[in-house]
Amino acid sequence: MLDKVIFFFFAGVAILSAALMVTRRNAMHSAVFLITSLLAVAGIFLQLRAEFIFIAQIIVYVGGIMVLFIFVIMLVNLDVALHQLKFSRQKWVALLVTLALAAEVGVMLWSSRGVPGQGFLLPNAVPVGQLPPNTEALAGRLFDAYLLPFEIVSVLLLVAMVGAVVMAKKRT
Amino acid sequence: MNPTLHPVLAFLQTWWVELVCGVVIIAVVPLVAGYLTLMERKLMADMQARLGPMRVGPHGLLQPIADAVKLLIKEDIIPDNADKMIFWLAPVTSMTAALTAMGGIAFGPSFLVARDINVGLLFVLGVSSMGLLGIMLGGWASNSHYSIMGALRSTAQLVSYETAGGLALISGLLLAGTLKIRAIVDAQSNDGVWFVFLAPVAFFIYLVASIAETNRAPFDLPEAESELVAGYMTEFSGFRWALYFLGEYTNMIVVGAVATTLFLGGWLRPFPNVHWMNWLDAVPALFTAAVGVYCVLRAGKQPVRVQIWFMWGVALTCFAVAVVLGLPLLVAQLKFMMPGLNGAFWFLLKISAYIYLFMWLRFTLPRYRFDQLMHLGWYILIPLAIVNVLAVGVATILELEYGWNRWLALVVTTVFTLAAALFLLRVNDKRAAEASSAAPPEQPSPEDSYAG
Amino acid sequence: MGPGKSGDRERAVAVKKTEAVRRQKRKESDLRNVSDTLQDDAAQKQTLLGADELILNMGPQHPSTHGVLRVKLKLDGERVRGTECVIGYLHRGVEKIAENRTYQQFAPYVDRMDYVAAVSNGLGYCEAVEKLLNVEAPPRAKVIRTIMTELQRIASHLVWLGTHALDIGALTPLFYCMREREEILKIFEKYCGARLTTHAFRIGGLQYEAYDSFEKDVERFCKDFERRIQEYVDLLTGNSIWIGRTRNVGVLSAADCIALGASGPVLRASGVKWDLRKAQPYAAYDQYKFEIPVGTNGDTYDRYMVRMEEMRQSRLICLQAIENIPAGPILGKVGKVLKPPAGEIYHSIEAPKGILGYYIVSDGTTQPYRVRIRPPSFVNLQALDKMARGHLVADVVAIIGTLDIVLGEVDR
Repeated sequence: MLDKVIFFFFAGVAILSAALMVTRRNAMHSAVFLITSLLAVAGIFLQLRAEFIFIAQIIVYVGGIMVLFIFVIMLVNLDVALHQLKFSRQKWVALLVTLALAAEVGVMLWSSRGVPGQGFLLPNAVPVGQLPPNTEALAGRLFDAYLLPFEIVSVLLLVAMVGAVVMAKKRT
Repeated sequence: MNPTLHPVLAFLQTWWVELVCGVVIIAVVPLVAGYLTLMERKLMADMQARLGPMRVGPHGLLQPIADAVKLLIKEDIIPDNADKMIFWLAPVTSMTAALTAMGGIAFGPSFLVARDINVGLLFVLGVSSMGLLGIMLGGWASNSHYSIMGALRSTAQLVSYETAGGLALISGLLLAGTLKIRAIVDAQSNDGVWFVFLAPVAFFIYLVASIAETNRAPFDLPEAESELVAGYMTEFSGFRWALYFLGEYTNMIVVGAVATTLFLGGWLRPFPNVHWMNWLDAVPALFTAAVGVYCVLRAGKQPVRVQIWFMWGVALTCFAVAVVLGLPLLVAQLKFMMPGLNGAFWFLLKISAYIYLFMWLRFTLPRYRFDQLMHLGWYILIPLAIVNVLAVGVATILELEYGWNRWLALVVTTVFTLAAALFLLRVNDKRAAEASSAAPPEQPSPEDSYAG
Repeated sequence: MGPGKSGDRERAVAVKKTEAVRRQKRKESDLRNVSDTLQDDAAQKQTLLGADELILNMGPQHPSTHGVLRVKLKLDGERVRGTECVIGYLHRGVEKIAENRTYQQFAPYVDRMDYVAAVSNGLGYCEAVEKLLNVEAPPRAKVIRTIMTELQRIASHLVWLGTHALDIGALTPLFYCMREREEILKIFEKYCGARLTTHAFRIGGLQYEAYDSFEKDVERFCKDFERRIQEYVDLLTGNSIWIGRTRNVGVLSAADCIALGASGPVLRASGVKWDLRKAQPYAAYDQYKFEIPVGTNGDTYDRYMVRMEEMRQSRLICLQAIENIPAGPILGKVGKVLKPPAGEIYHSIEAPKGILGYYIVSDGTTQPYRVRIRPPSFVNLQALDKMARGHLVADVVAIIGTLDIVLGEVDR
């Protein structure tokens, strides 16, 4: 029962924040609502007993990516961007796509109504006590079976960092 | 009973401890942060040959309350063009992040709000890094070019030193083997030694990084008063400013708690497992009783009657606390309470020592210029932290796979890290010497000094 | 319809216009960004090269400008490209006042110029008028004057050290310096009744005899002071943060110093060994042995070292002086009414901040015809532009502090 309440709270906050985010005219307000949406999603992760993803979402997404977004909003001239708000031509296409997606989701949910445990509410597939600790499990898989992709991603990040520094250096 | 009440009661039954702890944190921690400001002013005064606040309450003990009341009744000024929602949100974010981080900290083996979450230390670190957002939003909401620049600088400083601090914490975590807070302290208890002795370089890197994290001197350029660029806090007055300020002090407590948990043994007493040092268990009670006795002695010398009563009140509180701390020693049945009570005392003592160090450094050292600050973070601390992680990792492998003695492995790797540090500093000095000799501080074309 | 009315209407129109602009801006307040606020807050000027230059205004009210000084910084990003000082906020017309006061009446006014080092101001003025009158102060008066002036030099340098360290971020040296200075001010108070604007000397000598425990007080202070200087040295001199903030900051070469007319510790730190106490001795300075500290680089760190060493040397002078204060009268042969013969005189002394000069023109009456004061801070302040170019904004505060200016002297 408590699970349901908490889940609906987080889900509601996430959806409401997302809706507010796309409807604000002020870019900084949008960023703040994106942050609340991400935090709500992190809460859902926590409910799913995925603690590491929860904290990774907060550290990486909120503490890193959103900070970057806010930096950019502060430093970039937004007047130009706002004057390009000419979506009037694409309104009807957007509506069509939204209806199609909604129909798909509805059909999917309806056809899975008979499957036990699937659907709206959060199942607890495995009792908590038997779940391996999330962090250890993740680390075990990452450094054992997926070591090579992990190393490749690290090199990729390093290349991105070096590239950013090189591009940002002043031409002296 | 009404069936809809059942789930609520069940909820309260299982979660009442956490709720009470949460309420206590929100109510008590700002008060403690306020008294930290008093401690800072008194310490500053002591180191500067003066007395500090003396008027409000005996020896100024009610000063933080007076300050809080003053800030609460101040007029709430919002700049004309400021973004109202963000102006409201910024200090709230800062304070919320700090308080939430407090929730993940354990003051004793059974004091816990977040029920020993699996990623305990990472949780504290991650949530306290959300205070960054409070700074950035604050700078933006002030709607002045210089506040924004100040906020961006402060954010850049925080991000850089978070990296260094996180790497230093990783070295400590390698020794602990887990992110759970209780398990970290248990690991130190099992080893019988605080991790600061096993990984001292990591501790010092974390110390420096945490000073920069909390915007304390010598890294407080973004909030210095004598600099030109206005800090992010300029436009906030009254209670909004108080929230920022209390957030900063709460952050200090959080950062001190993290260092204490990981490096200083958390709630363990010094020499936790050494049997003949068991007399140290009596220290908390004796210490508190001694403070009480001191208050009694000073009570007679107070000039005003209300101050005499206040001192007596403080003394009696100290005695009561001393009795509570000493009960497990005297009454054998209550022995199980001892780790908890004494643990809380030792934990608070260590945090106080850590924060004392912060304040001491603030009063002694001049301020770094911003480019020197970033240089220190990126050129010296981060490389050193990386080397340290490598070294501690090597030591752990040597111990686990090759059967070396733990102490030997760690001493060897510490020596190696210190050598790397010296090398880094030498490289740094050489680079600075080259820079200053190659490019004299831009004496531009021999123009007329009076032109322009 | 007078000029006032039309002016009102124009003003009303202008106000309406700004209101309309403001309303428009509030509508677009959602879209505010940095470049907008930039245009509001600071004036952007186009230079000859067409580049954008930002003018940042520092002062006149600012915690670090040591008085009411306004400095306009021309910035290129974070680098200073030029500075312009606007002074005059503390101008009180002292030189004009002098034309309407008798020589003795004017003496308290000179204290108020460099109010941090009032005794030196008084010494310069009294000696200048004595030269004009062709009178010499008796030896006892000269020695006591020397002791008081050297104590004042120490006090002035202590104020400089405390505030300079405070600007750079070290909070504690200020209070230690004030603690030492308190002892000196107690001596002054016992001697002449005032701590800050002392009016200690009279034309022709002294008014007050040295009080009974004068030598003992000075000796006790000097003995204690060596240990205190060591405290400051321990706190600052070897501190890598301090060195990082002051080395190679605000470099002024010897040639520049001489070209700009800089004097005092600013000049000596650039390598020029020029001190009026040795070059043109006055008071009793030729009787004592002391060194003139000289720097090499001409940067802020060298100025710091020079002033610290000067404090030590002043202490040595005091110790030598109190060993042997000659007995005798304290006031030379000057009448009650001073009427110097018509003529002019220029006399300069080495004040703590540099060369302080008095140019007095007398027309034979009891009031001077013209008193022109050459304040060291006024001339030294001109070096600010040269020193600050190419540095970061955060360094400007350190550079202003290292010049050791007092606005009372700059503006008179």
